[in-house]
Amino acid sequence: MTIFALAFWLFAVSAVLAGLGVVLARNPVHSVLWLILAFISSAGLFVLMGAEFVAMLMMIVYVGAVAVLFLFVVMMLDVDFAELKEEFAGHKALGGIIALVMLGQLGFGFAAWQSAEGADALRAAPIAEGVTNTGALGMLLYDKYLYLFEASGLVLLVAMIGAILLTLRHRKDVKRQNVLEQMYRDPAKAMELRDVKPGQGL
Amino acid sequence: MIGLTHYLGVAAALFVIGIFGIFVNRKNVIVILMSIELMLLAVNINLVAFSAHLGDLVGQVFTMFVLTVAAAEAAIGLAILVVFYRNRGSIDVDDVNVMKG
Repeated sequence: MTIFALAFWLFAVSAVLAGLGVVLARNPVHSVLWLILAFISSAGLFVLMGAEFVAMLMMIVYVGAVAVLFLFVVMMLDVDFAELKEEFAGHKALGGIIALVMLGQLGFGFAAWQSAEGADALRAAPIAEGVTNTGALGMLLYDKYLYLFEASGLVLLVAMIGAILLTLRHRKDVKRQNVLEQMYRDPAKAMELRDVKPGQGL
Repeated sequence: MIGLTHYLGVAAALFVIGIFGIFVNRKNVIVILMSIELMLLAVNINLVAFSAHLGDLVGQVFTMFVLTVAAAEAAIGLAILVVFYRNRGSIDVDDVNVMKG
């Protein structure tokens, strides 16, 4: 067994086990940690396939951002997770049957799958020799798929605005600074000087 | 020899685990969102595997778009979850019945 095959099986087994851990863990914090392991393992698989840039993107976007976001939300919500797991076994059989049927169907698909004739000629962007993966992807992304790239930036912008809009709330019981009121405040009306005579007071 | 089929097998296993997770964790929306992330991860593995097998870089470009949409979906989903928890005090799927759907 070559080192390549060994690395593949290592990453593949750990990815699948981590996936099972995500689904079956009792504590959602453990689920998020398993999810991180699944992402890291699949990043290893991407490296084995020669897609280094996507692998690094996986680490940065998923492990660095999405998983941390999940972790924040899990820890922010004060949920009694022991109670949530009570009906765990109820749907287990149904879910297992559906999962097995789907796995069988996908397996049949893979067993009977074969590449069409002339598929090589239909490639949209053949991988060139002597160009790094990142360089080739950059040239493709900023040239042929520029509009899609911009559109995905727009998707992220809309998602950001939506997330802020959904979770932003002005609490009534907290005093806040009113900047406009402060700016339009007139010093002449706010303060007056009085000449206080000695021994009389105001 | 490790070929395309092996990678497709891993992706299929992850996808099926994601579906299984949605059925099993009916009470916990966070784990359902994580299962969706797992399914998107499986799709990404499929795209990259075919990209490497066929020598076509477009698969990896589309992996990035899937990644973008997955990140946006996670952000929006978790924001909705936080708002829902504020209003109802739970993250139970069965409590999502305000609209009587």
